[in-house]
Parts: sequence; C-alpha cells; structure tokens
Amino acid sequence: MVFSRKYWQDKDIQSVIGKMLRWGVLSSAAVTSLGGLLYIFTANKELPPYHTFHDVPAQYKSLRGIFAGLLHLDSLSVIQFGVLILLATPIARVLFSIFAFLLEKDYLYVVISTIVAGIIFFSMIGGLA
Amino acid sequence: MTIVTFTLIILAGAFLAGLLGSLTGLGGAVIIIPLLTLGFGIDLKYAIGTSLVAIIANSSGSAAAYVREGITNIRLGMFLEIATTVGAVIGAVIAGFVPSHIVAVIFGLVLIMSAVMQLRKKQDHLELAETSSLAKKLKLNSHYPTRDGEIHYAMRRVPGGFLMMIVAGIMSGLLGIGSGAFKVLGMDYIMHVPFKVSTTTSNFMIGVTAAASAVVYLQRGYIEPGLCFPVVIGVLAGAMTGSRILLKSGTELLRKIFSAVITVLALEMIYNGITGKI
Repeated sequence: MVFSRKYWQDKDIQSVIGKMLRWGVLSSAAVTSLGGLLYIFTANKELPPYHTFHDVPAQYKSLRGIFAGLLHLDSLSVIQFGVLILLATPIARVLFSIFAFLLEKDYLYVVISTIVAGIIFFSMIGGLA
Repeated sequence: MTIVTFTLIILAGAFLAGLLGSLTGLGGAVIIIPLLTLGFGIDLKYAIGTSLVAIIANSSGSAAAYVREGITNIRLGMFLEIATTVGAVIGAVIAGFVPSHIVAVIFGLVLIMSAVMQLRKKQDHLELAETSSLAKKLKLNSHYPTRDGEIHYAMRRVPGGFLMMIVAGIMSGLLGIGSGAFKVLGMDYIMHVPFKVSTTTSNFMIGVTAAASAVVYLQRGYIEPGLCFPVVIGVLAGAMTGSRILLKSGTELLRKIFSAVITVLALEMIYNGITGKI
C-alpha cells in the first residue's frame, strides 16, 4: 500500500492542503495586525457605538470598497482585507480539492467538491444579504 | 473609553478565550460571544460576525497541522461539507429574520448542550463489519496512523449523519460558532467515526462552513473591522500558545471548570434573551 501510486498522491495532496491553510492564516494574521496597528496609532476618535447595531459602512462590505480603501492605506480597509484573505483560505482549499480529485481521477469527489464550491459561490453572489 | 484601551482589553480577553478553548478542546467561540455581549455590551450581530471570522482563523490554523498528520478524513469532510454549507447558508438567511433575543436563547441552549457533552465518555467504535453500502460507495471508510500501526475504521448510517450536519451548519450560520457538539453527535454517535478522526475532520470542516455564512454576513454589515482585529488576532495567538503548552495534569479539572463557566454564561445569555436585554 505504502508504495502504491495512490498513497503518495494522497500524501502530497494532504501536504499541499496543509500548506495552503497555514499560509492563508499567517498572511491574513500579518495583514490584519498591520491594519490593527495602523488603526490603534491613527485612531483618536471616540469608540464607535458597538452596543447597538448600526450596519458597517458600505466601503467595508464589498470587494470594491475594501480595495479602494487599501489604496489610501485606510486602517480599517487593511484589517478588512486581512479578513478577506481569511475567508478566501478555506474556499481556496475547496477549489484545490476539485483539481486534486481530478488528478486522482476520483470523479465522484470532483462532483462533491464542485457542489460545495457552488454552494459557497451562491452564498456570495446570491443576494442573500 | 478610548479606542486604544478598548482594543487592548478585547485583545487580552480574546487571547484568554483562545488559550482556554485550545487547552480544553472546546474552541474559543463559545466564550468569545458571551465575552463580547455580556462582558462589553456589544450588539449580538457584531459578536456573531466577529466570532465567525475568528473560528475560520482558528480552525484553518489547527487543520493545517492535523491534515499533514494524516488523521483527517478529507473525503468524509468534503462529503459532509455539502450538508454543513447548505445549513450555513440557511442559518445566515434565518438570522436575517429572527430577533436577537431569540438568537441569544438558542445560543444559550446550544452552549449548555456543548457543556453537557463534555462530560460524555469517549468511546471508539471500530467494528469494520457494520459498515453500510453507501459508506463504501462514497469511499468514506479509511484508516489513520498511530504509533502501533494503522487503525482501520468503517462507518454506517451515512444519511442520518448527513442530516445532523445540516443542523450543525444551520447552528453555525445562525450563532457564529463551530457547532462541535452537533458534529460529534453526527459523526461519533450516528456514523460511528472514531473519536480522533471525527475531532480533526470536524475541525477541518469548520472553516468552509463558517466561510459560507461569513460571506453573507460581510455584505450584511455584521463584520466590523474594528472588532475583528483584536478578536481574530487575540483568539489565534491564544490558540497557538495553547497548542504549545502540554498540560501534564489538571486538564480534566480545567475542562470541568470550563464547562461550569460555560453553563453559567449560557444561563445568563438565556436570561438576557428572555428579558429582552440582548
């Protein structure tokens, strides 16, 4: 079993998935911390009223808004970009699984992974908010 | 309070939550939400959005290590993620209609359930003969490495487990938690997945499940960057510290104390929900 082709392919896939998750979390943590430090050192305003829900400003709710804020090094946009990297990490793992199962010629799991990716995609653009 | 003081206090609280969550194996989210709402009076919607982001960080970080050890059953995880992501989307949609005080009561009840399940006896089922044909068709039966060689295992009652995972997903999307308790019900009790495999596979699924509802919450304005920074970084740092500490003794006592604390917090969440304070 250990010397079969499939065993090593499985091992390689596990290793790639492990690395993807690790780098996703580490880069997100780095970006979020950077934004957080900027936020702490530049913030001189009063604390926002978190005790009642006010809806986050539109610029932090969309990809376009967050990227626009990044260009001005707006601290909250940098944090939100770190959050985006974090959200993208497990999604990237699902997309990689489709590819990996395709390499293994395990078509049943290509379909299963594609369904999971489809559900997340629907959640993103389905206007559920 | 200034932004700096507030951020540092939340950072410290989130660090403790991550540390305790990792040492006891209960996860950080179960105390992050009571900490933010009961402790700091933050609106439940912000707390749920922030917690979802924190558990993605936590689960992805530890899944990275588990996956490489080869204990996580990736096929089982992928298959059940269909159920948990569908549930997560349903949960996020429901959250748009259910008032916060009812969400608080449900949260409290789920919290009590998690605390009770901590007291259960861990029992591994390794009957290879009892497997179902569906489990074979889906190639779910597998094995994992131990010091004494590979342990083979088989599972059964796949549809029942799948249904329970939809519930786990709904709770995760609605409450912003990892729903470990429901996943254990589905995998350990219904499907008879060995404990080590179910824990790591459940952890593997949390990130994808939370991401499915977090993308809705981001657009809905529940994910507040000013809160995400101290909570995500705090929980992550706490969990990483926790995984490096090997408690020689006292783990059992710590779990009991932690379960008791969670129960008290749960009752307070339920009380505040019923009286409309949340």
